[in-house]
Amino acid sequence: MNFSAKQILGVAVFLLVIFVGVPMFIAATGRWDFYFTLTSVALLAIASAGVWLTFYIGRINIGQGAFALVGAYVSAILVVKAGWSFWISLPAAGLFAALVAVLLGLPILRLRGVYFAMITLVLTQVATLTALALPITNGAKGITNIPLPSGVSLFGLTLIPDFGQLENTRMAFYFTACILMIITYAALYRLVNSRLGHLCRSMQQNEELASSIGVNITYIRILIFAISSFFGGIGGAMFGSISQSVYPATFVVKDSVDFMLNCFLGGLGYVFGPMLGTLLIYFGWDLLFEFGKYQLLIYSTILIVVIRFLPDGLLSIRFGKGEKK
Amino acid sequence: MSALLQIKNVTKKYGGLTANNDISFDVAENEILSVIGPNGAGKSTLFKMISSFVPTTSGEVLYRGERISNLKPHTVARKGVVRTFQETTIFKSMTVRESVVVAQHLRAKASLAGYFWGSKTARQDVESFGRYADELLEFLGMDSIADELASNLPQGNLRALGIAIGLATDPKVLLLDEPFAGMNHDETMRMVDLVRSVRDERGVTVMLVEHDMPAVMKISDRIVVLNFGEKIAEGSPSEIQNNEKVIEAYLGSADDEIGM
Repeated sequence: MNFSAKQILGVAVFLLVIFVGVPMFIAATGRWDFYFTLTSVALLAIASAGVWLTFYIGRINIGQGAFALVGAYVSAILVVKAGWSFWISLPAAGLFAALVAVLLGLPILRLRGVYFAMITLVLTQVATLTALALPITNGAKGITNIPLPSGVSLFGLTLIPDFGQLENTRMAFYFTACILMIITYAALYRLVNSRLGHLCRSMQQNEELASSIGVNITYIRILIFAISSFFGGIGGAMFGSISQSVYPATFVVKDSVDFMLNCFLGGLGYVFGPMLGTLLIYFGWDLLFEFGKYQLLIYSTILIVVIRFLPDGLLSIRFGKGEKK
Repeated sequence: MSALLQIKNVTKKYGGLTANNDISFDVAENEILSVIGPNGAGKSTLFKMISSFVPTTSGEVLYRGERISNLKPHTVARKGVVRTFQETTIFKSMTVRESVVVAQHLRAKASLAGYFWGSKTARQDVESFGRYADELLEFLGMDSIADELASNLPQGNLRALGIAIGLATDPKVLLLDEPFAGMNHDETMRMVDLVRSVRDERGVTVMLVEHDMPAVMKISDRIVVLNFGEKIAEGSPSEIQNNEKVIEAYLGSADDEIGM
């Protein structure tokens, strides 16, 4: 793990901006709603990181919304009906989403290209319909009044304060989401640059050749899809906790498509691409609001232009072709 | 003669079409055996069955007495029987060195999690992979192009890269798919020497499928000839050159194509 001074500086600046710069900016301008916006960006970026990972094994995944929804429901049910602490329900939600991914992945990951994309596109709709039909998810009414995350203390030492007692819940959620996002991307970076990442690259480039050198492509595909969905589940669970409610329409097909677009826009060749993509898509959409009925038209045109002229994503302008950050 | 690889009554049918019919022969340890035959004779199908890329309809392939047909390709590779591909099957956006490093993953001692956390074993693995990659590329005379992207390589080097990737897995048997196709005389002769040294210096048994007759005659210890999915002859290069059935199978193409 050798990092250049430039990389360390980049990470330091990034951390400074999100943990010091943003809170100072918000305090100065009084735009407290920004916390909610940026928290959403951080959580959506976590789910997008998962989608990016499935791209890394050469699969177009338009089904992350399904796993985010699964994660949101699992966490909500565990907290509301089983009385678990949110902090335990969070990894449980991720693991459950990963388990679902393994079961679904076994049959569908054999498919390639557009066929896999089509199946995953349907998944989100299936998840929504399942949430409507099952008794435990409470149908269309969803699960509401989810209590805020409780505190965690160890030997009398408060590790995480009770969110219900906090004056500034928004800021607490913002910090939590940012920390989760940083852990996610650090893990993703490490994964991509370790042996598993190299095996993924070999599979992405040529599955036949990869299996001829002994790569168990079925196993790695399932493993990656599970990790990807784990991220989706975590993002979704946290999202549910912040909005204190989960409905079948909390994550819909459009969200799944957005997760994919975040990756495209940021750049599939860069680990941090989906993070940038999420930020730009989320804010870009809002900024175009003043164009009224032309909002969608302008938004789509910009996306098409970007994908047409920058197929390697926006980060390719900065880093050049093939180089990795 | 100890048979390392035994092909026993292997048959492949695609619907009504029989690609391979009841083919049997042995490959001895440390020999170079070529499978030849006119287009459509079923050479490639046979190759794919040996490496378990397609299942057999009946019959089996044994490696050291153990069945390796009708498994998964990666399982067969792990046992030490590794195939190469024709030049288009490469890791396009990896460099030569990266390709050879990734192909060594079967030798990894550390687990995937060990790599994630950067355990000591994993770091030792990474170091030894790099060293072995350098050594292998030097052996293959590819050290000067180690940092080239595979997609930028000319055809001749791509074939060598395929062999480098195959060798990096530390195979006992290397199955080469048309290693001389599209090469000029000089390139072919260099490749013949290379394949020989793979056998002589690394103790790898080589089985290859090829069209280039002069090269096959030069390189092979033994030759198996297929025609219309059937084995019609087996023997040393000189036996094959004088075999009437073989000459008949190739009739219609010029005589010198099977000879020198």
